[in-house]
Amino acid sequence: MSATPIAVSVVAPRRFAIDSGRRKTRIGVAILGMLVLIAIFAPLLAPHDPDAIESGRVLRGLGFSHPFGSDALGRDVLSRVIFAFRVSLSVAVGSVVVAFVVGIPLGLVAGYRGGWTDTVIMRPVDMLLALPALLLAIALIAIVGPGSLIALLSISVIYVPILARVIRSSTLVVTSQTFVEGARARGASSRRIAVRHVLPNAIGPTIVQASVLMGFALQIEAALSFLGLGAQPPTPSLGVMLADGRDVLTQAPWVEIFPGLAIAITVLAFNLIGDGLRERLDPRGVTR
Amino acid sequence: MTAILEIDRVDVRFQVGNTDVSAVSDVSLQISEGEIFGLVGESGCGKTTLALALIGLLPGTAEVQGAIRFQGRDLVGLPDDQMRGLRGDRISMVFQDPMTSLDPCFAVGDQVAETIRAHRPVDRRTARDRALQLLHDVGIPEAGRRYGDPPHHLSGGMRQRVVIATAVANEPALLLADEPTTALDVTIQSQVLDLLRELRRTHHTTILLITHDLGVVAQLCDRVGVMYAGQLVEVAPVEEIFRAPRHPYTQALLAALPTAAQKRGALRVIEGRVPDLSDPPPGCRFAPRCPHRMTECDRVPPIAAEAPDHLVACWLSEATQAAAGTSAAERSAGRSRGASA
Amino acid sequence: MSARAQFVGRRLLLAIPVLLAMSAFVFLMIHLVPGDPVRTMLGFRATPANVAKVRQQLGLNHSLFAQYAQWMGGIAHGDLGEDFISHTPVSTLLAQRLPVTVELTVLSMSLAIVIGVPLGVRAAATPGWVRKLTEGFVVAGIAIPDFWLGIMLVLLFAGIMHVLPPSGYVPFLQDPLLNLRYMALPVLTLAFGEAAYILRTTRGAMEQTLSTPFVLFARARGLSERSIVFRHTLRNAAVPIVTVIGIQFGVLLGGAIVIEYLFALPGIGRLIVTAINQRNYTVVQGGVLVVATLFILVTLFTDVIVGLVDPRVQEGQTA
Repeated sequence: MSATPIAVSVVAPRRFAIDSGRRKTRIGVAILGMLVLIAIFAPLLAPHDPDAIESGRVLRGLGFSHPFGSDALGRDVLSRVIFAFRVSLSVAVGSVVVAFVVGIPLGLVAGYRGGWTDTVIMRPVDMLLALPALLLAIALIAIVGPGSLIALLSISVIYVPILARVIRSSTLVVTSQTFVEGARARGASSRRIAVRHVLPNAIGPTIVQASVLMGFALQIEAALSFLGLGAQPPTPSLGVMLADGRDVLTQAPWVEIFPGLAIAITVLAFNLIGDGLRERLDPRGVTR
Repeated sequence: MTAILEIDRVDVRFQVGNTDVSAVSDVSLQISEGEIFGLVGESGCGKTTLALALIGLLPGTAEVQGAIRFQGRDLVGLPDDQMRGLRGDRISMVFQDPMTSLDPCFAVGDQVAETIRAHRPVDRRTARDRALQLLHDVGIPEAGRRYGDPPHHLSGGMRQRVVIATAVANEPALLLADEPTTALDVTIQSQVLDLLRELRRTHHTTILLITHDLGVVAQLCDRVGVMYAGQLVEVAPVEEIFRAPRHPYTQALLAALPTAAQKRGALRVIEGRVPDLSDPPPGCRFAPRCPHRMTECDRVPPIAAEAPDHLVACWLSEATQAAAGTSAAERSAGRSRGASA
Repeated sequence: MSARAQFVGRRLLLAIPVLLAMSAFVFLMIHLVPGDPVRTMLGFRATPANVAKVRQQLGLNHSLFAQYAQWMGGIAHGDLGEDFISHTPVSTLLAQRLPVTVELTVLSMSLAIVIGVPLGVRAAATPGWVRKLTEGFVVAGIAIPDFWLGIMLVLLFAGIMHVLPPSGYVPFLQDPLLNLRYMALPVLTLAFGEAAYILRTTRGAMEQTLSTPFVLFARARGLSERSIVFRHTLRNAAVPIVTVIGIQFGVLLGGAIVIEYLFALPGIGRLIVTAINQRNYTVVQGGVLVVATLFILVTLFTDVIVGLVDPRVQEGQTA
């Protein structure tokens, strides 16, 4: 019997998706776990002091003492990448966590209450969404002045609307289900229903979104630092390294390559986790 | 009457992850030209899988063994382009849910015309006229006006009629109808069934009707086949099946139908659950739930003719016992098939 | 009035209050920025007397509301005010810069669509090595930071191979070939990421549509694979694909800021960023307003196209 290329499986599409999802999440978590450990144990792992200037070892290529080479000031690229990664990762994760903490209550209340509350909350949120993200972040940084913390908060501002919308959509879906009516009929208070019943069921897609956003937050942080608006010296940052690397691009490309690779691998890990979680939570892509 | 369809010891297996699921096990069946054959069984018993195997629309993870002879030609292993030539032309299939069978972005009339042009070298005009005629024939009022409507402008019953029009556009010899009325309410149901009956009358179309609804079977079918967990357990003319079912499963199924004469109280159910097809019982798959279970039931009972037109696959039947005793070779072939089923 | 015209008309009307609210929002945000533009402008000549005089001249002493009203009034006449520093009318500045960003956006998105959609369709319809390849492409395109990719491309094409210039710009009308040479690397950089995103969306939408019952029925009718994939599946899958393309168009129009900075392209994104740093209110207000308007128009246009593709959307039903 010739095989027709359809995705319809009579028996178990669910099982397929969950297995593949599980695999993805595992790989993603493994990579991310390693990266987080590297970030935490940076001082122990870095072979050199990231700020140590050695004029005798300028622009060395990859070698035993400098696995990632050295830069224009003789500083070890590997050590710099490790420390910079620490800062960038903290900002990325921190910004999404803040956005999560702020966005979830907003979206939950908007979706649960509906009506006037929904409009009042979501209109400004939607308007924020209409403004280009990076532009918004830059504008906010211009108000307060550059720095890692501000970069973190600006990125949160960008992501609050996104997370709020996601949880609002799933809240709408969940509240329309009959078990919520049942809880109401039992006389449970609104708040109790929202927190104990709606929230746990609606939070799935938001977590998926949040993990993917952490990867993108890392990229935005790098872009902001690249433009000089994020981490300020002496705080290291992958974005700053990328900017510095341009000066010696043709002579010592490794100074530019490795920070970028670090970002790419981290974003990959976050995306794997997000995709894997999504496949496990929602195999048929119904709430895509 | 000539047999238009011969299903000969067909097995369908699916590869899901690391497990092998046996969805259809050693089914043999013959359907005559012009008859309306009902295939009944509960959800998951393999009737839809069998139909999909017939029309060549199983997913890539499926493996089919055995032979399916349509008008003398074996469909198993037929290259896809040849199979595609048959689909919609000589063999058609309609599915359960009319709400989702038609493309939401195109006019209903165009979808009928497109099916015609896929198999016949006619121009647009001719196809359109024929499609219009078909819409009228299946009973769609104001067919001309409705031709250009997208599917969501039509009710469920109307859509199913359009689906049927598409399926019979090229006057197929065989029509597979998978639960065509299940998603419709009762009044529309009977209209659609009338339509099918009319098709058989005017075009001599053979219809394989898949359903779990015994009422539909009683209304429309000439003969009935009963499936359980991938195995064909009984085949008989429709009156026979209702009057004198032989297989314990069929008996239990009919007994479970609530009747007006029944006393109040618990509904009669069949104890137990449908087996897991990735690890089915070695012999008769109904055995674990059967009130007449014997030790022989660990071997697959071959299907045999109790009466000229009445086939049963059960060790209780003398015909089955006789068929089993026919040759040691056949029996060991049956055992190895039963063991791997 | 036809249903379609009504649909478009309704959306346009809805767009107006959104734009008004947006302009107020932007105005407020900019005026919250600390730092005195006048001081920045006057530089070392910023004596208290001069500052006060210039403030008076520019009307900065009026209430915020009055300033807003003045600005809005100006817009009605097509006057977006003046750049504080160079005294060039904002509209002139925008007119100079907008074509650059538009050209960058149009070229990048076109390339991305031409690569992303066919590959996505192919990957969904035929499993095999195409799918593996596209998965790798998608992963790379999304994970790799675009400006890093830009720098790598500069390294390769300008630094090592010396075939393309690393940065710079020449207007198209002045010298088309040179313009394209300058645009080549930025467009390639942006298109890579966008193509990955579009590919992923296309593949996902196609896969989802290919497993729907009406596709199964189309196969049961014996329609050719080509007809099924392109005529039926693509049309139905088009809604999310077109939507994503539309959104990305709008996003890029908002200024692919870092790319413009990297390749020294005089586009809107860079203009606004510089203006923010200079506290150049009018430029920022005008720039953001134009960007937001374009974004809304692009969204509207996308919705119209989606409505054309799927008749259910126009009638307000769920797609």
